[in-house]
Amino acid sequence: MIKVLFFAKLSEQLGVRELQVDAENAEDTKQLFAYLLNHKAEWAPILTSQPCLKAVNQAMVVNDVALKDGDEVAYFPPVTGG
Amino acid sequence: MISVQELDFNQQVEYDRLKSTTKIGAIVTFTGLVRDINEGQQVSDLTLEHYPGMTEKCLQDIVEQAQQRWNIIDFSVIHRVGQLAISDQIVFVGIASQHRGDAFAACEFIMDFLKKQAPFWKKETMANGETKWVDAREHDQHALNKWQS
Repeated sequence: MIKVLFFAKLSEQLGVRELQVDAENAEDTKQLFAYLLNHKAEWAPILTSQPCLKAVNQAMVVNDVALKDGDEVAYFPPVTGG
Repeated sequence: MISVQELDFNQQVEYDRLKSTTKIGAIVTFTGLVRDINEGQQVSDLTLEHYPGMTEKCLQDIVEQAQQRWNIIDFSVIHRVGQLAISDQIVFVGIASQHRGDAFAACEFIMDFLKKQAPFWKKETMANGETKWVDAREHDQHALNKWQS
């Protein structure tokens, strides 16, 4: 399984903080994102209408990367700490 | 030391810890506070969310980058999470170095990268009770660009 996390505004809008996705549906982050767009009807407009950053195993990634069983992928808005 | 915590911090305690060796000739500290007005709107309080695990790794990585560029004898990076009120302390960066140039630069570098990369998110509650996630600022990217050279 791939552990998918959402944070801040994104998790509020999607109504979920954590999701387990079968690794077969997530060979890479591109496939995982496509899976999430179809997960619920209302998810696609939420995920595509705003800047959405991603981290794989707690490190920010820009391009799509391969995933394996047990990986953790997080999606979140641009950060606003400090 | 890196710490992500709900509790407030005491600047004197951090300062005294940073000046613990005789090699230190300069200490620069920065403190970020909760402002009462953001983008023209009156703010009544603030909630800070973060990504436990990644936050600490990210801050560690930023400090290591600073250590490669400047002489840093000791450091303290503290970021609070949870519910904060107006004028509360949010973030502290303290750098102890042999000379002030390194301490000033490292402190600013760490704050610039923290603001742009560390996974924290602010949610403001306005005076009228409405809540609003704070939007990222273009200015923070510009602050980062100056370190690329």
